[in-house]
Amino acid sequence: MRRSLPTAAVAVAMASALLVSGCASKGDSGGGGGGSTSGSSASSSDLSIQPVVQIDESGKEVPAADASNAADPAGDGKAKCASTTTIAMAGALTGPNAALGINILDGAKVAVDAHNKANADCQVQLKGYDTEGDPQKATQVAPTIVANKNVIGLLGPAFSGETAAVGDIFHQANLLSLTASATNVDLTKNGWTNFFRGLANDGVQGPAVAHYLVDTKKFTKVCVVQDDSDYGVGLAKAVTSALGSAADKDCAASVKTGDKDFSATVQIVKDAGADAVFYAGYYAEASPFVSQLRSSGVDATFVSADGTNDPEFVKQAGSSSKDALLSCPCGPAPDQFATDYKSTNDGRTPGVYSVEGYDLATIMLKGIDSGITDRAKLVDYVKNYSGDGLARHYQWSSTGELSSALIWIYQVK
Amino acid sequence: MSTLLLSDVLVSAHAALPAHPLLLADGVIDFNTSRLFSSFWSLTVDGLTYGAIYALIAVGYTLVYGVLRLINFAHSEIFMLGMFGQYAVLWGLGFTPQGDVYTQGTVLTVLYLLIAMIGGMAVSGGAAVGLERVAYRPLRKRGAPSLTFLITAIGASFVLQEFVHFVLPKLTGGNFGGTTAQQPIRLVQEVTVFSFGGADVSNVDIVIVIAALALAFLVDRFVNATKFGRGIRAVAQDPVTATLMGVSRERVIMQTFLLGGVLAGAAAMLYSLKIPNGIIYSGGFILGIKAFAAAVLGGIGNLRGALLGGLLLGVMELYGQALFGTEWRDVVAFVILVLVLLFRPTGILGESLGRARA
Repeated sequence: MRRSLPTAAVAVAMASALLVSGCASKGDSGGGGGGSTSGSSASSSDLSIQPVVQIDESGKEVPAADASNAADPAGDGKAKCASTTTIAMAGALTGPNAALGINILDGAKVAVDAHNKANADCQVQLKGYDTEGDPQKATQVAPTIVANKNVIGLLGPAFSGETAAVGDIFHQANLLSLTASATNVDLTKNGWTNFFRGLANDGVQGPAVAHYLVDTKKFTKVCVVQDDSDYGVGLAKAVTSALGSAADKDCAASVKTGDKDFSATVQIVKDAGADAVFYAGYYAEASPFVSQLRSSGVDATFVSADGTNDPEFVKQAGSSSKDALLSCPCGPAPDQFATDYKSTNDGRTPGVYSVEGYDLATIMLKGIDSGITDRAKLVDYVKNYSGDGLARHYQWSSTGELSSALIWIYQVK
Repeated sequence: MSTLLLSDVLVSAHAALPAHPLLLADGVIDFNTSRLFSSFWSLTVDGLTYGAIYALIAVGYTLVYGVLRLINFAHSEIFMLGMFGQYAVLWGLGFTPQGDVYTQGTVLTVLYLLIAMIGGMAVSGGAAVGLERVAYRPLRKRGAPSLTFLITAIGASFVLQEFVHFVLPKLTGGNFGGTTAQQPIRLVQEVTVFSFGGADVSNVDIVIVIAALALAFLVDRFVNATKFGRGIRAVAQDPVTATLMGVSRERVIMQTFLLGGVLAGAAAMLYSLKIPNGIIYSGGFILGIKAFAAAVLGGIGNLRGALLGGLLLGVMELYGQALFGTEWRDVVAFVILVLVLLFRPTGILGESLGRARA
């Protein structure tokens, strides 16, 4: 044992020697390539995802909703209700996907705070139920929401998987289920009369983006790259078929979730000389993919959807994310809302689905203010609701889909 | 010269097949020879770059296997810790993550990378030795069966991953580890230095291949031409006799883990140079499996085999992706492995760390 330490020291010294010689060659070669980039372009630290245009399913521009018409959760300040009246929110509040659930809950909090401040005789509680985004966990949480007699309506569930798992439970209880983020197309095909979706579903996003790329951006050659998730495969299929002849089958590629090295895919896109690359997948793979495209000299426009529409994408891809187009069924946050959100939620900034959380909570609050005290009446109230929110106009068809489902295009700039 | 021959073969293969992709099995598998042909050299350059990284990691698998007959499945996590190690060192040097590449000038950049590499090596080397102490040595003392070692290795791999996933962010105030990848610190802008045959060779590619080859060469010399190396080879050949001759088996085992860990740390820094946004708790897993396959392909227990296996696997994967479609990458890699093992069960160069040939 006494000799093992000096030996280790020698071994480390040897390793350093290896290193120096290994890196001597690095100095030689790095010099030729210019290890530095003096005179590189403007700093990317101020890059962020900015809203560009709202489009419909055929890719045509639709003017954004006028936020000044939006329903005000404060109401007339004369509302009366029982002090136990509770709005529940169900979604991932902890765990790897918590960011989205917290965005929704924080958005709803802004609405409830504004309401309670204005209406002294109607203090509505907002209660978050944590499902961790896990369908199995959600099946345990759902009955406790139903059993809480004070809960008059539910904002959620947040994700498609958990919604599919627990939708029946809420339907049987006839508890209003108003989701701000579950976008799977099939959810509204279950005959759940209590279920309403506050944004466009996955079936709208693919065709909308594809038509926008062809009709507005005039792209004639697009490489569709998909990952191996259900989301990526489904989205890529929708986009490819809506792109029509603009989708180049020769440069279509698929990658795997968890991959970081995309050299073959990059090479294929490079050889194709495409106008744009559509990536159907999540930001974890999109960031290294766009970085590698740019460092290989591919300047095709990078397009992706809500799986990539996350500040992490910009953080990780840095300057290579510049000008990327990202679609999302989620609406952008108006300035005033962003300010209120920050002061309500410890300085956090609104994220994806925060505005939806606010708008949908507002609709429920308006129902409560109109004197509704039981679950069934609130379901009917939402069924017949028609009004503007911050993000869009809310009015539902008989299946629970929005009557005008719209998509936002964002750009990193 | 052999690559030239290969491309000749490809030319004739290309001529013999239709120019358009031949769709097999309802279009599930492409057989796109024109794509392989047109981007052959680009794929080769990229393949050699990733292959060089596979090779450095593969050395760790091969050394430990040679000495202990143990597949150290936690080695991929040693690599992952190396990525975080070099990242933390850069952070400590005052670099903050940002979207742009830092512009430091060549000399300073090389110096910083050198320091980062030493940091990565220290973390990986330390973690490898620590892992050996905590996970394997107690088992060895109790004479556990080899299956127990294997299960322990897999368990240790999970422990290290989840440590970085859940515990590290709590210890560092959320700066390191967690669910998402680290926001990258980029020191080198990848730029094309020269092109040939349609392939762009970048500064990063050159640095990775040359650094990896130099390290592999030095490790080969270290094992084959020094006293320490003789100890490693002696224990690999015959542990009992080696002990009788005065070689401390425990010390040799520690040195072996250290050497493998240090190389994984170097590989981690080189990999982060190529893919700066790949520093995540799960980032070592796939690479580790590939490197393990590379080690087996070349002949596990054989240092030169690890190098050959790594480079071969790196290029064959990319050829396979161009030929059959990008989603077939792992299938190609492992089918090649199976085919080689069918005909050469001990790998291309055979097991030789313990044999007289080394």
